[in-house]
Amino acid sequence: MKSKQNSRILLYIIGVLTSILFISPFYILIVNAFKTKRELFGSTLTLPKEWILDNFKVALNKLSFLWIGKSFSLEGFFGSALFNSMFITITSTILIIIFSSMAAWILVRTKSKVSNFVFYLFIAAMLVPFQAVMLPLVAFMGRLGLQNRLGIVFMYLGFGSSFSIFLYHGFIKSIPISLEEAARIDGCGPWKVFWKIIFPTLKPIHVTVSILNIIWIWNDFLLPQLMINKKGTQTIPLKMYLFFGGYSKQWHLAMAGLLLAVIPVIIFYFFAQKHIIEGVTAGSEK
Amino acid sequence: MMDMNYNKKTFCLFAGPVIVAFLMVVVIPLLIGVYYSFTEWNGRMDQVPNFIGFSNYIAIMKDEGFRNAFLFTAKFTVVSVIAINTIGFSLALLVTKKLKISNFMRTIFFMPNLIGGLILGFIWQFIFMGVFQTIGEITGWTFFQGWLADANTGFWGLVIIMVWQMSGYLMIIYIAALQNIPKSLLEAADIDGANGWTKTRHIIFPMVAPAFTISMFLTLANSFKLFDQNLSLTNGGPGGATEMLALNIYKTAYTFTNYGAAQAKAVVFFLLVASITMVQVYVNKKKEVEM
Repeated sequence: MKSKQNSRILLYIIGVLTSILFISPFYILIVNAFKTKRELFGSTLTLPKEWILDNFKVALNKLSFLWIGKSFSLEGFFGSALFNSMFITITSTILIIIFSSMAAWILVRTKSKVSNFVFYLFIAAMLVPFQAVMLPLVAFMGRLGLQNRLGIVFMYLGFGSSFSIFLYHGFIKSIPISLEEAARIDGCGPWKVFWKIIFPTLKPIHVTVSILNIIWIWNDFLLPQLMINKKGTQTIPLKMYLFFGGYSKQWHLAMAGLLLAVIPVIIFYFFAQKHIIEGVTAGSEK
Repeated sequence: MMDMNYNKKTFCLFAGPVIVAFLMVVVIPLLIGVYYSFTEWNGRMDQVPNFIGFSNYIAIMKDEGFRNAFLFTAKFTVVSVIAINTIGFSLALLVTKKLKISNFMRTIFFMPNLIGGLILGFIWQFIFMGVFQTIGEITGWTFFQGWLADANTGFWGLVIIMVWQMSGYLMIIYIAALQNIPKSLLEAADIDGANGWTKTRHIIFPMVAPAFTISMFLTLANSFKLFDQNLSLTNGGPGGATEMLALNIYKTAYTFTNYGAAQAKAVVFFLLVASITMVQVYVNKKKEVEM
């Protein structure tokens, strides 16, 4: 019994040490964001002598984090990095949920060569790395005048559809068809059958699909960098990239900016943690 | 059973929107891209570029930067796949031991996954350059000095941030697999007098084999395609020594405005990613059955 207890103590020690190792970058980010340039230069590990907020004032401004222009206004908010990130992420995710679930359902319920081909085409596309289509995509979307916020939402629908359809497809296959048959006997058309019966029953997989897409789109850097590199339309990662280039020697400002960029994600994690973990688990069970 | 096949109109109504987006964003650019890789393309679409056959491909085979990027990427992928899977699996074993801090640990270990690769790279740039410097000064260990200044520390820097980011994700996948092992199976083994290693070898490993296939696929594909972290942590420097394939393609196009060659590299990149991951899944699936 003694050795069993000892091994539990050992596990606790390993657990605490590993947790400290994993959490330390966050600690470093937080403490250094509140230091003056002079203090940060002297010590990067200690708590700040005085927690100053000036770095955040500069970072908020330079990142156009909450507003664009001189001071806060509602109009300025619509050009801010936070708004752009939220708008693009939320709109894209909603479109992906609506159109991917519709497509997945009809692909499961239609047994034809075309439907099979389309499904496998979507699956095969998961093997295509973004770099393979990046350059022609920029040229093509430029010609179509889609290098803007709405254009990028359309592109996320195209890129997000493969994996989302795959997830919906697997789930829909397990829904008994008798439900739909009953509705059809009652005279429901396919439109009504889908929205009244199928869409609500897909709720758990909607959550998974949205979580995975939100994380991916929110953090995506390259597509916005190529498509919406115009003032007032930039997302948080994009603004961060530009900001960092200009302030890479001024670590106290860079740290404040990085902390600002991390805060929304931590808030999201705090509220949706259970769903995020479930979503990741479900998403990986191919 | 009733005939559930819907007509063409219904099919188009439901699958149409997503097919249009998918064709325009993935399929058409891919096909055009393959064609452009055989031309003197200038990165635009207003005129048809000159067809030059395999010239771009021959040129990139002679491109030392591309070859180095490939070798660096391959080395990075092997090391990080092994490291992330080992650590991810160990973390899963640790947090399923029912300690009082298990839930807390899960939360902590997964957190880095939510932060984008670009921002992650910047945070770690500060740690390697600023914090490591401080630690080096305090302890006097030269090990901590000059990180990211050469290919070697740049390599390990990239491995470390990849491990920090992804092992929590794999932990979640392995936890699910470990929890799926029926308790009765382990109890039966206990009664038969099996020791820890025998149980691990004959019950735990075979039961988590499917999770291993997925984890390997994810880590392999993500490591090989790494871009954001590479850009923000080292930007390929010093002197291109830590440049990976995706960054090399990006720079060929946007720094050196050599679009034809960049697209040829992109096609080679696609073939590499697709074939490596397909072989991996095939081999792993075969192993799953044998176990």
